[in-house]
Formats: sequence, structure tokens, C-alpha cells
Amino acid sequence: MRPVSRRVLPGFSLTLGYSLFYLSLLVLLPLSACVLKATSLSPAEFWDAVSTPRALAAYRLTLGASLAAALLDAVLGFLVAWVLVRYEFPLRRLFDALVDLPFALPTAVAGLVYSSLYVPSGWLGRYLVPLGIETYHSPLAIVLVLTFTGFPFVVRTVQPVLEALEPELEEAAAILGASRWQTFTRVLLPPLVPAILTGFALSFARALGEYGSVIFVAGNLPEETEIAPMLIYARLEEYAYAEATALAVVLLGISFVLLAAINLLERWSKKYAA
Amino acid sequence: MSITIRDVSKRFGASVALDGVTLEVPAGGLVALLGPSGSGKTTLLRVIAGLEVPDEGSIHYGEENVTNLPARQRNLGFVFQHYALFRHLSVFENVAFALRVRAWPEERVRERVSELLHLIRMEDFGPRRPSELSGGQRQRVALARALAAQPKVLLLDEPFGALDAQVRQELRQWLRRLHHSVGVTTVLVTHDQEEAFEVADRVVLLNRGRVEQAGAPLEVFENPANSFVMDFLGRVNVFHGRVEAGRLFLGGLEVPCPDNLHGEPRAAAVYVRPHELDIDGEPNGLPSLPARVLHVNPAGPVARVHLAALEGNLTLQVEVTPERWQGLGLKVGDTAYVSPRRARVFLPDYAI
Repeated sequence: MRPVSRRVLPGFSLTLGYSLFYLSLLVLLPLSACVLKATSLSPAEFWDAVSTPRALAAYRLTLGASLAAALLDAVLGFLVAWVLVRYEFPLRRLFDALVDLPFALPTAVAGLVYSSLYVPSGWLGRYLVPLGIETYHSPLAIVLVLTFTGFPFVVRTVQPVLEALEPELEEAAAILGASRWQTFTRVLLPPLVPAILTGFALSFARALGEYGSVIFVAGNLPEETEIAPMLIYARLEEYAYAEATALAVVLLGISFVLLAAINLLERWSKKYAA
Repeated sequence: MSITIRDVSKRFGASVALDGVTLEVPAGGLVALLGPSGSGKTTLLRVIAGLEVPDEGSIHYGEENVTNLPARQRNLGFVFQHYALFRHLSVFENVAFALRVRAWPEERVRERVSELLHLIRMEDFGPRRPSELSGGQRQRVALARALAAQPKVLLLDEPFGALDAQVRQELRQWLRRLHHSVGVTTVLVTHDQEEAFEVADRVVLLNRGRVEQAGAPLEVFENPANSFVMDFLGRVNVFHGRVEAGRLFLGGLEVPCPDNLHGEPRAAAVYVRPHELDIDGEPNGLPSLPARVLHVNPAGPVARVHLAALEGNLTLQVEVTPERWQGLGLKVGDTAYVSPRRARVFLPDYAI
């Protein structure tokens, strides 16, 4: 007698097989190839390849600029989410839709637009550069463009949690004698922190991998404005494939750590959804 | 501390939520604001709390005019219909919230919170999260939180509305006892007539932003000021007839009506509660309406009988004791004779 399937929809084994095949072909295979290629170097060679001053400067810049951009996004994204959820104003839905623009826009376009705005002769650059604010071919330029590409993440993670917070909570806090600042820090912010952190981690991860927009504004000077993905590209152009993959493995490691952190944060934030 | 509301009006855009409400809540009293949805009862509570500012009129706590005092400076307790507990805080910290923002020393906070947890019989629930509690427990925590800083005034907005019938019943009793032991001036909003009568020592009936009647539950129930109050407080039969020289005429029925001695006939609406109608199997000499029995629900403390009058298009609700119903031996489809023991007559308002 055949065992009776208790599932409502058929085809579990087929879809599971497809999922695993897809995952292997498109994700695991290239990643293992990358790691395999890197292992063609001896441990000492690997270490040399990933710890040159130029590589260290590139990690520092990538991590630093991504962190700065993600922090900016956390603050700006929170404000935008707050305004979109708590206030009614004309064209609110249009603004809401515009938030997703950095998701849809090819990042190269963003890079081109930013570079044309911030070059010394650009609309904004002509005022900022004379003031000594280097908005072109500088780490600041990288932070600006990364802030743009990572912007939607915090808005989109905070928005639903904020919508679920009843305005009554603020009234309850006020009636219990809390000042506005106490209401914000003790009642509103704590339930939002996991969502803000998740959004922060997502835009940080996005910024680490961002390449297309950065190359237009950074200038890509080794040890100054060269980000890690750019360095990998430079190594490839030198036909130093093994060294390039060694750098890629380091970036891969950082990405994995971040993804794990994001998952933990999401699990944590679910405690507040109910 | 007593609360005085003087000529308070509040509009939201074109709609009038409160229209010249004047009301006195005695110190230590428990007053229920009762009315249908949209009657302005919640707006009135929010104005008392300082969550809304009235367009006109003033609010006084005792002698103090608090009309423009923000809610957080009024030292009051407020219980929301959906609890509004802080989900990220434990039961203990929820109750302690008002004390923490007042920067009470840790030791006094612990003392006061455990006192309150004892009061709501939830001593062991301090470390739990609100999400781990039942609805009734959440509402009790919300009440303890409201009482923590020893408020002068306690306001409750439909506090038991979201709970099931049995829990609601228990919490009403408990609220009464609590009010008795704490003695804080309390205002409760409800749309449930039974709840208002059971809990409050004074009931205020609101309709379309106006106070229709205020008084003790029995007083309001027995002497409704107008047809709205009569209609809102429990089931009622409405007849349309006329009054003339102290007599009331309803179709073929004629009953004495000594309150209305006007010489000329006037149209009148007559309100009779189901328990104020009597049923007989035979005409018994008293003025009565013949009617056909449509449906009977004999279960419960009273037998509820629905009848259709033989003349005119009129349905009647009658409540008699189950023993009386048994004794009559009537069945669905039989003809019975319905006579009023008491009727209230409301003449249409000629001012309109």
C-alpha cells in the first residue's frame, strides 16, 4: 500500500529538487569555484595577496565608507519612514513610491548623475568644492553615492513596524507622565530598533558589494579612493586571477558574517511583531 | 478630586462631536458615559484626559482649570480599549513606567509595583511579556499601570469591550471592588447599558454630542427623560397613538394617561417595556390588544414572547415569568390579549 500524502498541494519532491539544483548551479558552484581558485595559492601567498597595503587600504575604505553610508541611511531612512507613516500630505503616495527608485535604477546611472552633480563644475560641486568639501574623487563622494543606493532598505524595514505601532502607545506614555523625549526613547524607539538594525545591515551589505556607481565618482586611486571590488577588477586586468579570487574570498567571508547577523537580527525583531 | 465640565464643544471638521456638554463628576464617584457609537462619549473622555483640546468650554479638576494643561501634567490614569501596553517591556516595567519617568528610586518602584501586582492578583507575572497574557490579564495590567502613580482621576475607554462575556462580567465586579478600595474619581465610557448600570453609581447618557440625561441607574431607567433614553436603555415596544384629556388612544385601545391633561388631541409615541406588558388567553375586561403569538423563547429567567397585533402592522415583545407562560397554555399561532401595566408617553418636541 502506498503511503497517503497528507499535503494539500502535490509536487513537493519535484520543487525541492528544482530548488536545490538551482541553488547549486547559480550560487554554490560559482562560490566554490572562487574558493577553489584561491586555494591554488599557498597559505603564505594567499596571505600576501590579501594583506598588501593596497588591499588593506581598499578594505578599510570599503568597510568605512559602507559603514558611514549605512549609518546615514539608518538615520535618514528612519526619518523618511516616520514621515510617510505618521503624516498625511499631498503626493505622499508618490514620495512613498520614489523611495524604491534606488532599487530600480541601474547603479551606473546613479554614479553618472552623482558625478555630474558633484564635479567641481557641477550643480552642487561648484558651491561645495570651493568651500573645501571634496565631493569628487574622494571618500566622501563614495559615501554619498553609497547612501543613495542603500537608502530604501531602512525605510522599507522600518515602515511596516512603525505602521503596526498604535498611536495610542504615545498617548499612553504621555498620560503616564513621560516627556516627548522619554516617549521617543522609551516607547517608540525600542520596538523599532530591530527593524532599524536589519535595515542598517542590509544597506551595509549592499554598500560592500556596490561597484557600478562608485567607480564613476571615486577616482579609483590606489590606497586612496580604490574600493575592494575595484581592486579585484584591477587584479583581473593584470591577469592575477588567483590573487583576485583571494580578495574575493575575503569579501565573501565578510558578506557571510553580515548575512548571519541579518538573520539573527530578523529573528530578534520578530519577537516584537504580534 | 471632582471633575467639572462646562459647556464643552468639540468639532472635527464639519461633524460636531460634543455640543455644549456640562457635567459634574463628584470626587470619588464612578460615572459611566453611555451612548451609541458616534455619540461623543469617547471624545468627551479624551477631552477630560487632555488628549483633545475643546473648541469651547472648560475642564476643571477640583478648583483648578486644566483646559489647556497637557495630558502628561494632569496626573491621571487612562485605560485604553485595546490596552496599549508597551510590548517590549515586561509586565513589571509596564506597571513601573509612570514611576520610572518620574525618577522614583529603585526600591520604592519595586515596592509600589509589587503592591499593584498584588492588587490585580498577578504577583507572579512581573517578568512576563504582554504577548504572553490573556486579554483579561492584559486589561488588568493596563489598569495597574494607570494606577501606579496614584492618579487623581481614572479614565477608562470601553475597558472591557474587547473581552469575552464571562471575563467581562468578572472584571466589572472586580473594577467595582477596586474602585471601592482605591476611591479614585473614575469615568468609564461604554456603549453597553448593562455594564454602565452594573458598575457605575451615576450614568450619563450621550447622544449626538449632547447629554440626554444624567442620574443614578435606577432613576434613569425608571424615569427616562425622553424617547432616546427610553429606547437606548433596553428593549422597548413603541406605539403611535394620540393623547387627549388624560386618556391615551391606541387604535381601539384606551388607557388612562394622567400626565397629559391637554384638552386637544396630540400625536404621541408610547413606550412600553416588554416586562410592563401582560398577556392573557381571554379578554379579561381590561383594555387590551388582540395579537397572534409568533415566537416564544421560554428558556431563561423570563419567557420572551413575540406577537403580531391582529389590527395594524405592529409587532409586540412581551416578557412574562416562565410560570405565568406555562399557566397560560398558549401555543404559537394562538390569539392572546396584551395589556399594558404601565406606559410612558413622549410627545413630539414642538420646538422643532
